[in-house]
Amino acid sequence: MKDFNRAVEAIWRIESPKVIAGVAHMVHDIGLAEELAQDAFVAALQQWPESGVPGRPGAWLMGTAKHHAIDLLRRNQTLQRKHDELGRQLEVEELSMPDLDAAIEDSISDDLLRLMFTACHPVLSADARVALTLRLLGGLTTEEIARAFLAPVATIQQRIVRAKRTLTEARVPFEVPARSELDARLASVLEVIYLIFNEGYSATAGDDWVRPALCEDALRLGRVLAELMPREPEVHGLVALMEIQASRLRTRVGPSGEPVLLLDQDRARWDHLLIRRGLSALERAEQSGSALGPYALQAAIAACHARARTAEETDWARIAALYDALAQIAASPVVELNRAVAVAMAFGPAAGLELVDRLGSERSLQGYHWLPSVRGDLLAKLGRSREARIEFERAAAITLNERERKLLLERASEMQP
Amino acid sequence: MRFMLLVRSTKESEAGLVPDQELFTAMAKYNEDLAKAGVLLALEGLHPSSKGARVKFSGSRQTVVDGPFTETKELIAGFWLIEVKSREEAIEWVKRCPAPFKGEAEIEVRQVFGPDDYAELIPNEPSPPTGNQT
Repeated sequence: MKDFNRAVEAIWRIESPKVIAGVAHMVHDIGLAEELAQDAFVAALQQWPESGVPGRPGAWLMGTAKHHAIDLLRRNQTLQRKHDELGRQLEVEELSMPDLDAAIEDSISDDLLRLMFTACHPVLSADARVALTLRLLGGLTTEEIARAFLAPVATIQQRIVRAKRTLTEARVPFEVPARSELDARLASVLEVIYLIFNEGYSATAGDDWVRPALCEDALRLGRVLAELMPREPEVHGLVALMEIQASRLRTRVGPSGEPVLLLDQDRARWDHLLIRRGLSALERAEQSGSALGPYALQAAIAACHARARTAEETDWARIAALYDALAQIAASPVVELNRAVAVAMAFGPAAGLELVDRLGSERSLQGYHWLPSVRGDLLAKLGRSREARIEFERAAAITLNERERKLLLERASEMQP
Repeated sequence: MRFMLLVRSTKESEAGLVPDQELFTAMAKYNEDLAKAGVLLALEGLHPSSKGARVKFSGSRQTVVDGPFTETKELIAGFWLIEVKSREEAIEWVKRCPAPFKGEAEIEVRQVFGPDDYAELIPNEPSPPTGNQT
């Protein structure tokens, strides 16, 4: 029985985004759609042990959930007219099922895309978008999301309930935004996926430096989106960035769990399959002919590292130029700091330090441990050990990650007073 | 976690017969489904073993044996590499695959070592006296 439940859970993970999306198309409310999809899942757990798992479990779940939706709409008198309409629509869909598989597939893809845009609607906070996306599109349970973010289950549950309510109250339509809004709304979707990835790639809290499962969840969402929107270069840019970064996951952590920095990593152990996938996604982003967006530029930077067979072979001048381009379309102190690192590598630590020192008064970088950490590194290279030590200690005091703190304190202690 | 789905060879695949149009279309659709779901990492089909070879190791001695090999059931005709949440999900995806050959066919599901497994694989080294080794 336990095995059976696990098998049904696996089917749920594969099918639930499509079922929720399909039902949301009918009821125009993703919270309600999820409940109806859940009901279908419960029905499956009750009926399948007797009847056996149907040949097309996805179609079964979709059909059951849609019938629940119709029942609900029927009970709701005020929606009478709408339900007649929907009833007809469903009949047409069911009648045409065998012949129009391709058309149905297309409409499922459209609904999935609508679901993605709705779950990532800017009316929601970033935290809410992340939780809702993992739940509705990643097929994760609330417990799994809570575990991934080291948050109490009740907190995540609350967050999801509130997010759904907000969407209903704000009457957010279940649709792919019009061209005029598309860029801004797509940016919100990409941001959510990358937030999920980053939480896995460099955990901001807790004892672990990486949580690979979250990276996999984000990559899966990104790959799905790339299939749904093959003509959007930034989608491929984001996928490229995540594939290439993920290729280093297993080398970013040393044997006792300590972080290993990019230039110290064993490149032979990088995941060359993911690098290849990332480079080809980057190529797709570049093929569009338009100027590269922020994700594609970051992917191009990651690609410079991926292509270098040894750390010494890294094309730092090109990386500095790419950061320059990035700073022009998405200027931020963090980008500037990274540019400073690349400049230091290409043209010497003094040139880099000059750029870093311009950031010294930057408010938004207060509490950002990479600033003192980079400054310490450049000072150390210039032989200014005493100042370097102070910077490493400052960085160690700021970081929230235990492993990182240890690494920084070790560097501080290596500096001769 | 990653799984490799290994398709066992058959007499037909070893004879180098290509799938008919119907199976070809069904397979293409299946591969597309895997890609659309974001789980597909790689897939390849392999030539018959007649074009392959085996290198046997016995102590320090190596012998090269040219194909073909007769134990069809021990041979691999192709594979998918997928990234999914669980063994059950991997099996569920295999169930959705069209039968790769007419008659008897078999697909084996094997988990690929991942980051979590490496931690256990790396031999424990005695800790150095100073602890200063990042």
